[in-house]
Amino acid sequence: MSEILLQAKQISKHFGGVTALDRVDLTIKKGEIHCLMGENGCGKSTLIKIISGFYRPDGGSITFEGKEYDRLSIAESIGLGIQVIYQDMSIFPNLTVAENIAINNELYNRRKLVNWKAVKSIAKEALDHIGIELPLEAVVGELSVADKQLIAIARAILNNSKLIIMDEPTSALTRKEVDKLFKVIRQLQQEGISTLFVSHKLDEVFEIADQFTVFRNGKLVVADSAKNINDEQFVYYMTGRKLEEVAFTPKKIDHDRAILKVENLGLTNGFANISFEIHPGEILGITGLLGSGRTELAKTLFGLYSATEGHIYIDGREVQIRTPMDAIRHKIAYVPEDRLTEGLFLTQSIENNMIVSNIDRLKTGKKTVDYEKGHEDSLAWVKNLGIKLNELKDGIQTLSGGNQQKVVLGKWLETEPRVLILNGPTVGVDIAAKFDIHAYLRTLAEKMNLAILLISDDISEVLNNCNRILIIKNGRIVSEHVNTELDQHRLQELVTGSKEETA
Amino acid sequence: MKGKNLLKKNEFYIVIIIAVLACIIQAISGQFFTSNNLVDLLRSMIVPGMMAAGLFMVIVSGNIDVSFPYTAMLCMFAVTKWFSVINYQGPVFLAFLIAGLIGLVLGLLNGVLAAWLKLPTLIITLGTCTIFLGITQGVLQSSVISVLPAPMAKMAATNLFSVVNGETGLGSSMPVSILFLIAIYLIVGFIMKYTMLGRGIYAVGGDPVAAERAGFNVNFIRIFVFTFMGVVGGITGITQVTVSGMCQINFFDGYEMTIIAAVVLGGANIAGGSGTVIGTFLGVLLMKMISNNLILLGIPTNWSKFMTGILIIAGVSMSAYKSVLAKRRVASNILEDGHKEEA
Ligand SMILES: Nc1ncnc2c1ncn2[C@@H]1O[C@H](COP(=O)(O)OP(=O)(O)OP(=O)(O)O)[C@@H](O)[C@H]1O
Ligand SMILES: [Mg+2]
Repeated sequence: MSEILLQAKQISKHFGGVTALDRVDLTIKKGEIHCLMGENGCGKSTLIKIISGFYRPDGGSITFEGKEYDRLSIAESIGLGIQVIYQDMSIFPNLTVAENIAINNELYNRRKLVNWKAVKSIAKEALDHIGIELPLEAVVGELSVADKQLIAIARAILNNSKLIIMDEPTSALTRKEVDKLFKVIRQLQQEGISTLFVSHKLDEVFEIADQFTVFRNGKLVVADSAKNINDEQFVYYMTGRKLEEVAFTPKKIDHDRAILKVENLGLTNGFANISFEIHPGEILGITGLLGSGRTELAKTLFGLYSATEGHIYIDGREVQIRTPMDAIRHKIAYVPEDRLTEGLFLTQSIENNMIVSNIDRLKTGKKTVDYEKGHEDSLAWVKNLGIKLNELKDGIQTLSGGNQQKVVLGKWLETEPRVLILNGPTVGVDIAAKFDIHAYLRTLAEKMNLAILLISDDISEVLNNCNRILIIKNGRIVSEHVNTELDQHRLQELVTGSKEETA
Repeated sequence: MKGKNLLKKNEFYIVIIIAVLACIIQAISGQFFTSNNLVDLLRSMIVPGMMAAGLFMVIVSGNIDVSFPYTAMLCMFAVTKWFSVINYQGPVFLAFLIAGLIGLVLGLLNGVLAAWLKLPTLIITLGTCTIFLGITQGVLQSSVISVLPAPMAKMAATNLFSVVNGETGLGSSMPVSILFLIAIYLIVGFIMKYTMLGRGIYAVGGDPVAAERAGFNVNFIRIFVFTFMGVVGGITGITQVTVSGMCQINFFDGYEMTIIAAVVLGGANIAGGSGTVIGTFLGVLLMKMISNNLILLGIPTNWSKFMTGILIIAGVSMSAYKSVLAKRRVASNILEDGHKEEA
């Protein structure tokens, strides 16, 4: 167990004027489950990309199984038995599930020809391995983020690799899939395969880690055994702050007035008989398993699908929401779960991404846009949300994953909505920023009297921030609860669906 | 399940359009399903069809090439002129080989520039195509060669078979080069479907960064598709000479646009990553059916470009509409119990 597999020494990396990594070290032993932790933009993904050969380090060295390298190429890294699940998943939207999964195996074995039978059986086996069922012939671009993440996991888990690096592999997954993944990771550990795991979900890290390393601002803060540390210390190492969250209870709610009211809403194949209302100043939570219809519901409220039955009311008046334009006109904002494909213009600058949803508000006279005001607003949001960036005019791709997520959030908050729909708003966001975002949402609800619909897998997020919680299953609301009546354990049970509970 | 898959396939719709169009032409003129018309149709597909096969690969890889007609032109003139000057009498095979090699060099140039400069390939090939045209006009000083070197003239006179339409007395011959067309489609089809290189071309077209991270040699793939296109372009140049019996500078005028259009019509995504070689073949067939047969419908040939344009816009909007529809529907049924739960 104590044999060292990989040792990265004094690794540095700069992007223009930004120091992403400043002489950091990382040591992974054989068969170890190692967690790499730290705030958004602290350099985790950068180090991973250096180990995988995607970036060339500016300094330092990597030793793998006793052999020292100044830098690795992608081919070398794969050849050594290093497999990576990238934060953005890096899968092929145009190819089928089967091919996406089998491709790493084929490349690892340096195949020249494709054996389509083998592709299918490799894919099937890989999915069985993690206990997931997906249609092998489906084109990946049409699947949900969670499915994409499962595909990225399935293809990285080759039995003959030595180190599997997972950069936030669970951000879109619910507890059920995470449990399966952890079982696989432990099984790999039995076979002597090491795992480097990145996650912002503390409970996951504590559950799985043998060893951990924490970065802050591109520097190594601490590296230690997981046994030697508790939650609180951990948060302090990562953020330099002490964070404590209490359950949200809105001051007084005007039960006669509903900003958003939904009656018997239905969507073919998606959901049925959904009814609820959100009063001013309320944060309503919706939670459920993957594929329970929660995302479809959110998309319908924002006009990305059009409901096949039922009614939607805003301020007591019935409205038709058939396109996102309709939704925006009614001051509904939607923060999507898949920030990469639905939330951002990936080739544009950070600033353009932030002002795009506000073009209407920034109009001066008839046709021109007040860029100066846009710039000021954007700067304000960067500060409010603590987005770590170099300059606003940089490309959105230069931001770390968590900071991209914050940009999506900021751009919608900037529209000054009345109804705010958030689908996994703090996915991939570090704990300090998450704390700040939660505080911000509460302020919005209380001070601005917004109606907020918060869809999330994160049990503690829902429990702490939503005064009412709906549980959705197979496209139907199965029960409604008040947050103060529940604890984490009970809510988790309700979601995963212990059988004795019926609505 | 099978039937549902069929409905999802682009090729299925093109086949239907082709069939309907054929029936209409037949009904109005009675001349579509005649031996000479069908042979003429296939014959007219040889050159554009070969080019489309090469371009199909380029487009799937997420790139574009507008220089291939100029590659073909340059190779055509260079080899024909040279063979005329030295009064070459050997096998015609050498003409194809040399043209292919020149095309290879020109394609390699495109590919290396694309891999190295990382500029949009439209701009790179717009640049190189002007150079190729310049060489043809300036260095080779060519616009027409009407007397071909003997081996090429001989190939031009050789046919696989000839047919005569009993009713009209019109005849048509099938050139040997139809075999090239078949061979190129088999080769491209094999590469794209059964080799890792071909899958790499799809992968790069889908997401170049993901392809690089997965371990594909992205630069090699880029260089390969352009080089292959160059070779195909060169061979096509000589093929054109042996089909028409002469060299003319305007043979390939406007080909860059019509061939791109045929490939897109065949279902390939212009942004890269998807399409099939069969679709491309059908795209060329449909295109040629329109431009060859409008006259049979009593529409003046001057309108053939117009009709082709309409068809392209209709075809592309249909596939765009289909994908919008697909996005607005929930694919698998969530409402059923046991959805996604494993057994
Ligand atoms: N290609 C790039 N160009 C410029 N700057 C970059 C680039 N990639 C990363 N950075 C910067 O380097 C720093 C580290 O980013 P990195 O992606 O490694 O963070 P991270 O720890 O993975 O964060 P997260 O938890 O949000 O994923 C950030 O400040 C980021 O803006
Ligand atoms: Mg990251």
